[in-house]
Amino acid sequence: MANQNMSKIKRKSLFDADEHTKRRNAAEKRFRWYGIGAISVGLLFLAVLATSIIREGAPAFTQTVVSVEFTLTQEQFDHAEKQLFKTKAYEGHLVSAMVSRLAERNLKVAIDGKVLERLLGKTGATLREFYRANPDQLGNLVKFDLTASSRVDGYFKGRVTRETLQDSRFLMLSDLDVVDALANAGIIKQAFNWNFITGTDSGVDNPGGAGIGASVVGSFFMMLVVLSLSLPIGVAASIYLEEFAPQNWFTDLIEVNISNLAAVPSIVFGILGLAVFIQFMHLPQSAPLVGGLVLTLMTLPTIIISTRAALKAVPPSIRDAALGVGASKMQSVFHHVLPLAMPGILTGTIIGLAQALGETAPLLLIGMVGFVARGYPDGLVAGFADPNSAMPAQIYTWAARADSSFYEKAWGGIIILLAFLLTMNIIAIILRRKFERRW
Amino acid sequence: MPLLWLITILIILSAVGFIFGRSKAWTLTKDGTVRLHSLPVYYGTNTALKAIIPGVFLVVIWLITQPLIVSNVVSGMIPSDAISAGSSRGLVLSEIRRTADGIDLAISTNVLNDAIIAEGNLETITDALKEAGAVVTSNITETILDAALEHRSLQTAGDVAMSIVAIALTLGGLFWGIREATPDFRARNSVETGVKYLLICASLIAILTTLGIILSLVFNTIEFFRLYPASDFFFGTEWAPSFSGRGGASKLGVLPLIWGTFYISIVALIVAVPIGLFSAIYLSEYASPRVRSIAKPLLEVLAGIPTIVYGLFALLTVGPLLVSVFGEGGVLGVSWQGGGRAVITAGLVMGIMLIPFVSSLSDDIINAVPQSLRDGSYGLGATQSETVKQVILPAALPGIVGAILLAASRAIGETMIVVLGAGAAARLSLNPFEAMTTVTAKIVSQLTGDSDFASPEALVAFALGMTLFVMTLMLNIVALYIVRKYREQYD
Repeated sequence: MANQNMSKIKRKSLFDADEHTKRRNAAEKRFRWYGIGAISVGLLFLAVLATSIIREGAPAFTQTVVSVEFTLTQEQFDHAEKQLFKTKAYEGHLVSAMVSRLAERNLKVAIDGKVLERLLGKTGATLREFYRANPDQLGNLVKFDLTASSRVDGYFKGRVTRETLQDSRFLMLSDLDVVDALANAGIIKQAFNWNFITGTDSGVDNPGGAGIGASVVGSFFMMLVVLSLSLPIGVAASIYLEEFAPQNWFTDLIEVNISNLAAVPSIVFGILGLAVFIQFMHLPQSAPLVGGLVLTLMTLPTIIISTRAALKAVPPSIRDAALGVGASKMQSVFHHVLPLAMPGILTGTIIGLAQALGETAPLLLIGMVGFVARGYPDGLVAGFADPNSAMPAQIYTWAARADSSFYEKAWGGIIILLAFLLTMNIIAIILRRKFERRW
Repeated sequence: MPLLWLITILIILSAVGFIFGRSKAWTLTKDGTVRLHSLPVYYGTNTALKAIIPGVFLVVIWLITQPLIVSNVVSGMIPSDAISAGSSRGLVLSEIRRTADGIDLAISTNVLNDAIIAEGNLETITDALKEAGAVVTSNITETILDAALEHRSLQTAGDVAMSIVAIALTLGGLFWGIREATPDFRARNSVETGVKYLLICASLIAILTTLGIILSLVFNTIEFFRLYPASDFFFGTEWAPSFSGRGGASKLGVLPLIWGTFYISIVALIVAVPIGLFSAIYLSEYASPRVRSIAKPLLEVLAGIPTIVYGLFALLTVGPLLVSVFGEGGVLGVSWQGGGRAVITAGLVMGIMLIPFVSSLSDDIINAVPQSLRDGSYGLGATQSETVKQVILPAALPGIVGAILLAASRAIGETMIVVLGAGAAARLSLNPFEAMTTVTAKIVSQLTGDSDFASPEALVAFALGMTLFVMTLMLNIVALYIVRKYREQYD
C-alpha cells in the first residue's frame, strides 16, 4: 500500500513529465527546429549562390597569354616584306623564337605555323603591324604578350580537357602537348585580364576578347538620367503629398497610383517605354537616354515611398518652431524639414538606383540587347543618345549566346555588377549610420 | 541637337531674369526709405519662374502635338491607290517618316544636297540614302518622296516656329516679372504658389505613368484584336506564332502561357512560403537579438540580388544540377528531366528569390500582433509553439495571406528567371520536369529587337502585357487591401 502510494507521488513530481507533457515538449522542440531548418535552408541557398558566382566568375578575370621575346633584324624585316605571304614570314620568325626557347630547356616539340595559328590565332598580322609602326625597334629584343585562343584558355581553366577534346580545325589533341611544353618553359601563362574590365563586347566568334567596359559606361549614363530625374521629381512629389496635400479624393488617387506602380512588373514598364518613348516619341532605340527614362519611372515609387518616410520622421516640433518665428509654410519645409530629412532621402535614392542598375527586363524591350556595344561613346551627347548596352543587358546577351565560353564572361559580369551594387549599398548604410538622428 | 540648344537658351534667359529681378529690388531698397514686401531673392526667383515656365510648357506641348499634326497633313497627301494591298496607311506613313529621317541623315553627311533632290531622280536619291546608312526598304516612289519632302519641310518649319514662339514667350515672361518687381508686390507669395504648382506637377507623374501604361496597352491591344479574334486569343490552347514573312497563320492562344505562368509561380510559392514563413516565425518569436541581427539582413540580401543573377543561376547551376539528379543517368536513376530548362528549375530559383519577400512581410505582420495576446496564451499554460500555432498565426493570417498574394504577383511578373530558366516551348502539361513558357517570357521573345508594330505577332505582346497587368493589378489591390485592413485592426 505504502509503496504504491510512494510511486504515485513520485510520478506526480513536477520534475517528472507525464506522457502528455512530453509530447507537448517534443512538439515544441520540433517546431523550433523547423524554424532553424527554414533559416538554414535560406542561408544555404545564399551560400550556394555566392560560391557559384565566385567560382564560375573568377576565371573571367584571368586570361592565358603567350609571352615571347625575340629580335627581328632589319634584313629579316626586309626579307619578310618581299614575300608573297608576308604574315606567314613573321609567323615563321615567331615559331623559331619559341622553338629556340624550348630547346634551351631541352624540350622538343613540333611547332609549325598551323599549330601556332590554332593556339594564338593569326599572329603574323599583329607582329607586322607592330614593326611597321615602330621600325626603330628592329634589331632590339622585344617582348610580345599574345592572347591565346579561347580553347587553349579553356584548357588552362579546366573547361577543355584531354578526355573531352575532339580534334578539329580549332584545336588538335597533339596541340595540348605543345601547350604543356610551352607552359613548362614559362612561355604560356595566366595573366590578369584587364581587357575584360575595360574592353568592349566582341562578336559571337571571339569570346576571349569580350569586355564589359562599354556597357559599364552605358549603365553609368543611364544612372545619370535616373538620378537627375527621379531625385528632384521624387522629392517634389513627396513634399507635396506629405506636407501640403489636402485630404481628398485627388490625393488618394495619387497615393493609390504610387503604391500600385511600386508593384507593377518591371516588364510592363518596358512595354510602356517601347510604346511611348520609341513608338510615339521616336527617341532612338537602344539609347541610354530611353533606358534611363524607363528606369526613372520604375524607381520613382521607391524613392517617393522612402522620401515620405524620411519626411515623416522629422518631428512636428521643427515645423512648429519655424512657423512660430515667422517662416512661411514653404520656408519651414525647404529651410528646415528638408535638410533634416536629406540623409534618409539620399539613402532611399541610392537603394532605388541600385535596384535600377540591376534591372534587365525593361531594357530587353527597348532594344538594349540586340545591340553589340563594340565601342565607347564619343562625347557626352553621344553617351546619352547613341546605342549602347548596359551591364545587366550585356550579361543577358552573353548568357543567351550559343558558345559556352561566354558563360564565364556572364558570371564575371555578374561579379562586377554585384561589386557596384555592394558599393552603393555600403554607401547607403554608412550614410544612414553617420547621419541618422533619433528625436 | 537644336532642342538641347533651345532649352539652354531658355535656361540662360531665365537666369538673366533672376539677376535683373533681384538687382531691381536691390536698387529700390538702396536709399533705405522703401520697404520691400519680400527679400530681393524672391523678386529674382519670381522673374526667373515667370520666364521659364511658359516657355518650357509650350515646348513640351508643341513636341507632343507637332508629330500628330504633321502626320495628319502628310497622311492626307497619300492617295488611297498608293497604298498597296497588304499594307496600311500606318505602314506607308512610317515609310515616309523613315525616308524623311534618311534625307536628314544624308544631308548631314553630305551625301545628298538640295540640288540632287530638286532634280527628282528617284534612283540617285535611293542610292544616296543607302550610302548614308539610312534604313530604306525598297525603291522610293514619287508619292513617298513628295510626302517625305513635305514631311521634312513641315517638320523644319514647325521647329523654327517653336523656337521663335518659345523664346518670345520667355522674353515676355521675363519683362513681366521685372515690371512686377515693385515694393508692394508680394513676390514671396507668388514664388511659393508657383513652387507649389511645380510640386503638384511632380506628384502627377505617378498618375501620368499609370495612364501611359494603360493607354499604350489598350491602344495596341485593340489594334491586335482587330487583326486577330479575341476569342481565339483568350480560349486558344495552342501557341504557335509564325514569323512574319514566312506566311502561314499564327496560332496565338494565351492559355498555355497562363498555365505555364501559374505552374511556375505555384512551384515557387511551394518553395518560398514554408521557408519564408518558418524563418519569420523563428526570427520574431524565438531568435535572440544577436541571431536576428545577423540572419535577417543575410536573408534580405536574397531580395537585393538582381533577377538576371537568378536567371543565370537557374540556367547554368540549378538546371544542370537538377538534370544530374532527375535526368538520364542521374543519381536517382530515373530519366524524368530532359533538359536543364524546366518548370521546376525556374520555380525553385524563383522560390529562392521570394523567400525574403515572404519572410520580411510576415515578420512585420507577426510583430504587429499585440503582446497581450501572447501573454494571455502563456498565462493559460500554452507552450511557445502552441501560442504561435493557435493564437499568433490565426491573428496574423489575413496579413500573411496578403504577403503571399504580393509574393504571387511578384512571381507572375518575374521575367529574367523564366526567360533563362523555363524554356521557350508553350505547352499544357502537368509534368514539372518539362520546359514550359510564361506570359512574360513570350512578351520578351515577341518584342525584342522588333520595331515594326503592324503584325499580329508583335502586337500580341501588348495583349499579353495587358493580361499580365490586369492579373498583377488585381492581386496587388486585393493584397494591399487585406494588409491595410489588417494593420488597422491592431493599431
